[in-house]
Amino acid sequence: MSRALEVGLYVFVLASFLGFTVISRVPGLLHTPLMSLTNAISAISLIGSLLLAGSGHGGFATALGAIAVFASTTNAVSGFILTDRMLRLFRLRRAPSSGDDP
Amino acid sequence: MGVLISVAYLFAGVSFVLALKWLSHPTTARRGVRTGEVGMAVAVVATLANAEIVDVRWIAVALVLGVAAGVPLGLLVPMTAVPQRTAISHAFGALAAGLVGVAEYTLRQPALERFTMAALGIEMLLGFLTVAGSMVAFGKLQGVLRDRAWTYTGQNAVNLTMLAAAMVLVVLLVIEPSRTVLLAPLVVLSLAVGVMLVIRIGGADMPTVISLLNGYAGLAAAAMGFALDNRLLIVAGALDGSSGFLLSVIMCRAMNRSFTNVLFGGFGAEPTRDATERRPYRQVGPEETAMILDAAQHVIVIPGYGMAAAQAQHVVRDLSELLRAHGVDVRFAIHPVAGRMPGHMNVLLAEANVPYDQLFDLEQINPEFPRADAVLVVGANDVVNPAARTDTHSPIYGMPILDADRARTVIVVKRSMRAGFAGVDNDLFYLDKTQMLFGDAKSVIGQVVEELKRLPARTAV
Repeated sequence: MSRALEVGLYVFVLASFLGFTVISRVPGLLHTPLMSLTNAISAISLIGSLLLAGSGHGGFATALGAIAVFASTTNAVSGFILTDRMLRLFRLRRAPSSGDDP
Repeated sequence: MGVLISVAYLFAGVSFVLALKWLSHPTTARRGVRTGEVGMAVAVVATLANAEIVDVRWIAVALVLGVAAGVPLGLLVPMTAVPQRTAISHAFGALAAGLVGVAEYTLRQPALERFTMAALGIEMLLGFLTVAGSMVAFGKLQGVLRDRAWTYTGQNAVNLTMLAAAMVLVVLLVIEPSRTVLLAPLVVLSLAVGVMLVIRIGGADMPTVISLLNGYAGLAAAAMGFALDNRLLIVAGALDGSSGFLLSVIMCRAMNRSFTNVLFGGFGAEPTRDATERRPYRQVGPEETAMILDAAQHVIVIPGYGMAAAQAQHVVRDLSELLRAHGVDVRFAIHPVAGRMPGHMNVLLAEANVPYDQLFDLEQINPEFPRADAVLVVGANDVVNPAARTDTHSPIYGMPILDADRARTVIVVKRSMRAGFAGVDNDLFYLDKTQMLFGDAKSVIGQVVEELKRLPARTAV
């Protein structure tokens, strides 16, 4: 087993355990924001896409990389904004009528 | 520079964990989002500083377009469309993973190692499966495709064969990574498996399927981390994956069904029982409903997908505010699988300005039903069917339900007597204590609100 694989597996298994523990504490109330936040976080595949699109590996790789950068950026940006919009809605007392976001 | 980049990635990984940790309570949740944003920004800046990046032209274009698409998407998507947007974002995330997989596979020829190939194979299989599956899920949620499950005989055999074939292709590629002719078939087959898996899923199973696709998208990102030897990608993918799988388990448990049953059971394809003998039921109008609710001390509202479909969350809020002003204690009971994605009802009610301390989940609220004077069921069906407790032959037997039938009076808002998603008749509707209030939830509850406004406010007892 190569060293990269070994370290990778350690990281993967431990991060999964950590994920299960932390996420099982998220109440059902916030499951929709949870999904949209983890979505935004997994848009970190952006860094893989950036490396691919920017390393000058020729037209094919650059094109695929650029599409991947576009897709991940869209996810990251919209995911964080939407999660925040949702979380702002969870209030204990009613906001003054209007209904719009403050 | 390399060290700085590693430290930045570690920082980002830690902020992602903290972001999820702070999501455990509504009061700290927004801090979590900020933290996640900072982590993401730091990781991106660190990556751009990487010496491997020699040409930023296409990156700049793609980043600008991505922000241009992401900002309006994040700001403008209505809360009712959040399930569709979630499906789309799973597709986008998985697309990025799949495309990076294809490019890396091509670039690393002919000296591709087996281990890297295995990671790339899993990345492409899960990536493209999730892209296609999420697009079908999007189509169903958006109403472009039929909401019902699409089934035919031998479907499981076909699906399993296709999935097995895709896995065989991955194995063949791992044995001999230079077999580039297998790349295109792998991509096509993975896409096809995604379509076939989700096309057979009916609307009410969407919460499970969306969660499952979430898990696959996370695993695809983690596989990319293995292929690129990037620990941050592995961490983020593992977090996303564990969240998706945990939510699918919660959804399955809330329906007392297994993964296999959701994916291969074809539940909700067609009504499993013919419309049985016509049993008598009682009907009620908006005026009488207003009086019943107004006379109650404790009222529990049970919203379901019907409330979302009718966009009735705002009139439901008006109703509960009015009742509260009249001295009635109103609470909301949320079943885990109500709606089209986990937590769907909570977001809709929060958007309608219902304070979250009035929203209760199944375990919290079930002991309260015997003390409730009235229960108002708005567009929910299977999640309040007492057959789940008693009828061992019912397809929903064993599913945890909200004990609406234990309240003193039950009012069910429903369009007609049609059976729910599971195709089973609901005994709750035929109880002596139950009264049916027929009509579109939004308009009929609006009428109840109008009636309520005419009643004089009660003086506190």
